[in-house]
Amino acid sequence: MELKLNGSWRETPELATVGALLDHLGVTHQAVGVLQNGQVVAREAFDAQPLHGRDELEIVRFVGGG
Amino acid sequence: MASEVSPVSAAGEWRVGGQVLGSRLIVGTGKYATWDVMRDAILASGTQLVTVAVRRVNIDRPDEPSLLQYIPEGVTLLPNTAGAYTAEEAVLTARLARAAGLGSLVKLEVIGDPDLLWPDPVATYEATRQLVDEGFTVMVYTTPDPVLARRLAEAGAAAIMPLGSPIGSGQGVLDASAVAFIKERVSVPVVVDAGIGSPGDAVLAVEAGADAVLINTAIAQAANPIQMAQAMRLGVEAAFLGRAAGRMPRRERAAASSPTLGVVQGPCKP
Repeated sequence: MELKLNGSWRETPELATVGALLDHLGVTHQAVGVLQNGQVVAREAFDAQPLHGRDELEIVRFVGGG
Repeated sequence: MASEVSPVSAAGEWRVGGQVLGSRLIVGTGKYATWDVMRDAILASGTQLVTVAVRRVNIDRPDEPSLLQYIPEGVTLLPNTAGAYTAEEAVLTARLARAAGLGSLVKLEVIGDPDLLWPDPVATYEATRQLVDEGFTVMVYTTPDPVLARRLAEAGAAAIMPLGSPIGSGQGVLDASAVAFIKERVSVPVVVDAGIGSPGDAVLAVEAGADAVLINTAIAQAANPIQMAQAMRLGVEAAFLGRAAGRMPRRERAAASSPTLGVVQGPCKP
């Protein structure tokens, strides 16, 4: 399926949920924030949140900052 | 008999939203040479609250070590909205931070000028209202404007954080009287955020009435960040101790410290 991940379109296998996408990418579910088509996905809902082709996702974490 | 001196008790605990803090120093986690240095500087500063930024995961390197592993235990994370130029971007960043599990505390920062990193007062006010409405505890980075500070406090901000001078400039507190004016006008904590360059600047901020100071670059970019973190801690503690002690009144003219009687005089006739 085609997904826009952090600004670039990428081809991934068929993935059913946001949680499955994170697993596929090797991104931990801890301390990670996900925006799906502009909507925040709660961390508890990662494994239940359906994923569709052409979805646009922002996956963020915490970095050093002031 | 020497009495016990406890600088921390001179400052006392303070509260932001539901958070009770002992240390009056908030430290940023950006711009350190290594994460080990950052961790040691955080420990040396005695801070209980550190800022972090929200940024995209590197999809090609998802296993990069996490900053969070280097945050000492017992230190609370304060996510910022740095990088936001609109109220909408700031609100989205805050929502993402909360969704990632960092709670409802947020340092709101909406920039209106990329060169000065000067806050956009209108967007900052709008975002404050929105985030307060969504249940966030908003510590708001703002211009040193007493009227805006009052409006932000009325909108429900949990702390007002006026800049001392532009972010990362190390110019110190350019308008200490503005800090005092803000402190007189709001009941929530006032935190001088940005521009502190030296322990002396931190002292000036506290002497002007700040309840706390937020420092990043001055520590991270010091030749010895760990030593500087300790120096900032001592500066802030010294300033609070001095405030508690009550400074002498300013006088326009001199007042001799030594007795004016019994002064030795030379011979009348040489």
